[in-house]
Amino acid sequence: MSQNHPIATEQASVIKRIEAIESVMNAQGMEPAAAIEKARHTADEAWVPANGARMVAKAWTDSAYRTRLLADGKAAAAELGFEMPPHHRYLVALENTPNLHNVIVCTLCSCTAFTIIGLPPDWYKDLEYRARAVRESRTVLKEMGLELPATTEIKVWDTTTDTRYMVIPQQPAETIGWPEDKLAGIVTKESMIGVERLMGS
Amino acid sequence: MDGIHDLGGRQGFGTVQYGRDAAVFHEEWERKANALYGLAVRHGVFNMDEYRHAIERMSPRHYMSASYYERTLTSLATLLVEKGLVTREELEHLAGGAFPLSGPSTPGRSNAADRHQFKKGDRVRVRNDFFGGHIRLPAYIRGKQGVVVHETPAYPFPDAHAHGVHAADEPTFDVAFRTEDLWPNASDSAIVHVGVFQSYLLPA
Repeated sequence: MSQNHPIATEQASVIKRIEAIESVMNAQGMEPAAAIEKARHTADEAWVPANGARMVAKAWTDSAYRTRLLADGKAAAAELGFEMPPHHRYLVALENTPNLHNVIVCTLCSCTAFTIIGLPPDWYKDLEYRARAVRESRTVLKEMGLELPATTEIKVWDTTTDTRYMVIPQQPAETIGWPEDKLAGIVTKESMIGVERLMGS
Repeated sequence: MDGIHDLGGRQGFGTVQYGRDAAVFHEEWERKANALYGLAVRHGVFNMDEYRHAIERMSPRHYMSASYYERTLTSLATLLVEKGLVTREELEHLAGGAFPLSGPSTPGRSNAADRHQFKKGDRVRVRNDFFGGHIRLPAYIRGKQGVVVHETPAYPFPDAHAHGVHAADEPTFDVAFRTEDLWPNASDSAIVHVGVFQSYLLPA
C-alpha cells in the first residue's frame, strides 16, 4: 500500500463495507437501491422451492412430463413458467428409487438451482457440509436425520460446472392418487437437495 | 488453485448445523451483498467465474472466518477495485475503516491443446494437473479414474473465463467416481459425481 495514504487499522463492519460498495455502484449509475428491492422480491416470492415442488408433483402424476424432466430439466422447468439464469444452461433431474438415493453438494462454493429449489440454506453453504458430504455421505445424512438402509446406494452430485441438479424424491406410497396440487404441498427444499426423504401427512 | 476453498474430503469438520427450513438470509446487509454482486454481473463488470475466483483469492484465514455473504462482499469489492471502478483507499474512506480485499490473481490459461471427446460409459482419467489460477477441478479427483455418465452443452472454460483469457466453450462430462477409488479405506461407500470440463480429462 502506498505510503501517501494512511492505512486504516480498525476494520469496517460488514454493514459499513456493503454500504461503501452500494455508494460506489450508485455513483456509477447502476441503481443499487432498485436492485436490492427487486432481489428481495425474487428471493422471497419468485425463487422458491414451491417451483421445484410443482415439477416433482407433475412428474409423479404425468409420466410424459417425467420423461421430459429427466431428458431436459431446463425445458421442463420452462414449461411450467420457471426461469433459470443465463449461466445455468442445463438442469439435470435425479430420480430417487428405493435402492438409490441422490444428494447434491457444491464443495467449492454454493452452487444450486436456486430459481427452482430456492436459494441455498445456511447449512448447505457451511464448511462442514461442503467438506464432508462427498466423503462421508452416509454418516452426514444420518446425522441430519436420514438413516438409509445399507442396501440403498448413495450418489453424491458435486456441482462444479454450470450444470444444476434437483432431486426427484420418491413419492410416498400413501400419497398415490392424490391430486397434483396436494402432492406439491409435501415436496420440501430439503428433499430436492437430497437430505430428506418424504412421508405423506 | 489449491486454496482453502477446495473443501471436498477435508477432515476435522464437525456436525452439519442442520435444521429444516433453515434461513437463507439473516440480516439486511446479506441481502444487499447478494443483490449487488448480481447487479454487477448484469452490468458486465465481471462474470461468474471472476466472481468465484475472487472469493478463492481471499487470504485463507479470512476465508475460513468470514461468513458466506462476507465472502460475497469481499469478492465484489475486490473486483470493483481491480476493474478500476474505485480504489481501495476510496472504499476504506467510504466504509470508515479497513476493508480487507482478496489477494492478486495469477495468469489464466486456455483450453488443453489435446481435448478428447467422450461418450457415456467411457472410462476416463482426470489429468494430474496443477494450475495456480481458477479451476473447477476439486483436488479430490485429480489423477483419479471414473466413468462418464453424461455430457452437457458447452460452457465457458473457467480457467480462461476467470482471467480474461480467450478460450473456446467446451462440454463438461458428469463423471462417476467410487469413493473407494478417491479415498481408499477412508470414506463411506458411495458414488460421487463431478462435472468435469473436457480439458481436465484423458482416456483411461
